[in-house]
Amino acid sequence: MIKKIFFQLVFFNFLFVGKIFSAESGGMPQLNPEFWVSQIFWLTITFGILYIVLSKLILPKISSNLEQRKSQISDNIEAAEKQREVSESKLKEYDEIILKSKIEAKNIFNQAREKVIKDINKKKEILDKQINEEIDKAEDEINKLKKGAPEKITKIAIETSSELIQKLIGTEINNSSISAIVDDLSKKDRSKYYGN
Amino acid sequence: MAANPMSQFEVYRIGPEIKVGAFDISFTNASLFMVISSLAILIIFNLGSKKNSLLPNKLQLLTELSYNFVSKMIGDTAGSKARPYFAFIFSLFMFVLFCNMFGMIPYTFTVTSHIIVTFMLAVFIFIGVTIIGFIKHGFGYLKLFVPSGVPIVLLPLIIVIEIISYLSRPISLSVRLFANMMAGHTMMKVFGGFVISLGIVGGWLPLSFSVALTGLEILVAFLQAYVFAILTCIYLNDALNLHH
Repeated sequence: MIKKIFFQLVFFNFLFVGKIFSAESGGMPQLNPEFWVSQIFWLTITFGILYIVLSKLILPKISSNLEQRKSQISDNIEAAEKQREVSESKLKEYDEIILKSKIEAKNIFNQAREKVIKDINKKKEILDKQINEEIDKAEDEINKLKKGAPEKITKIAIETSSELIQKLIGTEINNSSISAIVDDLSKKDRSKYYGN
Repeated sequence: MAANPMSQFEVYRIGPEIKVGAFDISFTNASLFMVISSLAILIIFNLGSKKNSLLPNKLQLLTELSYNFVSKMIGDTAGSKARPYFAFIFSLFMFVLFCNMFGMIPYTFTVTSHIIVTFMLAVFIFIGVTIIGFIKHGFGYLKLFVPSGVPIVLLPLIIVIEIISYLSRPISLSVRLFANMMAGHTMMKVFGGFVISLGIVGGWLPLSFSVALTGLEILVAFLQAYVFAILTCIYLNDALNLHH
């Protein structure tokens, strides 16, 4: 019923338009109902076949194609991600190895340095010891000389004074008496000559 | 007769007259272009979906792009509930698009420039959508005619307007497509006629206009197919997701 009313409505509407056109061109072929049934029939057939073939055969294929591609791409991306992770872990390993070897090298270097320093210190100690010994020896000698000096001087003084007396007086005097005098004198002036 | 801009819309019989009862269902030039359009769609989409390579060739890319295009159009306008009707809207869009595009080739017949064809499609959509609406919502589908938040005094008037607007959907849908195609093709024919009648001296202006018009008509051919499909989606959306 509604359909019929619409048909009439449309028809009426376009009759009006058609009249305007018909003034110069002889009407609209669209409004000639001669082939309407034929057009409806063939539209139903062609569109029906198109719909059936598309919906049953072609569209599912396209959709599965798209899905397949999507999954394939995502699979590939996943694989790439995995590979990336693997390579990253490898890189980390390498970094660790490099770090380790660096530390080792440092250790070796440090050890070597310590050893060298130790050696140097040892040698230095030995040298110090030797030097000290030498110094001690030299000091000993000096001390010995220092100690021996007054006696020698006294000896020299005794000899000189005995010779002096002999030349001056012409007589020989007992050395022991001179030495007693010199000893006495040197004891008296010891502090004046040696300062101690 | 060739100068008549309306003669391009004439339907004539190809081959013998076929009669079933009182009805004449002879094969005509309109039928021929329906068959050509459908066959072209089937061939292109069959070739495009035949093998699935990771890097699609041009035809495969074309089919997949149109698949995604229609899929996105339906998803945006009618939501995920419209998924079962994807195949119908896809074939509808492709059929209208191919009929429009084949009509752009000189000396061809534009199937969609005939009101009876577009009207049948629109009526089919209208009836189908109404049935879907009643199946999904029962008599609750009638709530479509009662917008919420309307004062009760205005309600009778609004309901009448809503019913009229609902019932006029198939007319607006079919006339939009038919009138666009007819007007465009008539205009191109008229300007083509001007080129001939003005000759080598004055024919350049209508010729350039005709060229521009051809571009415009190709755009319109696509756009009208798109509008036809998207309006179908919107009607379907009304039936599937009752918004009022």
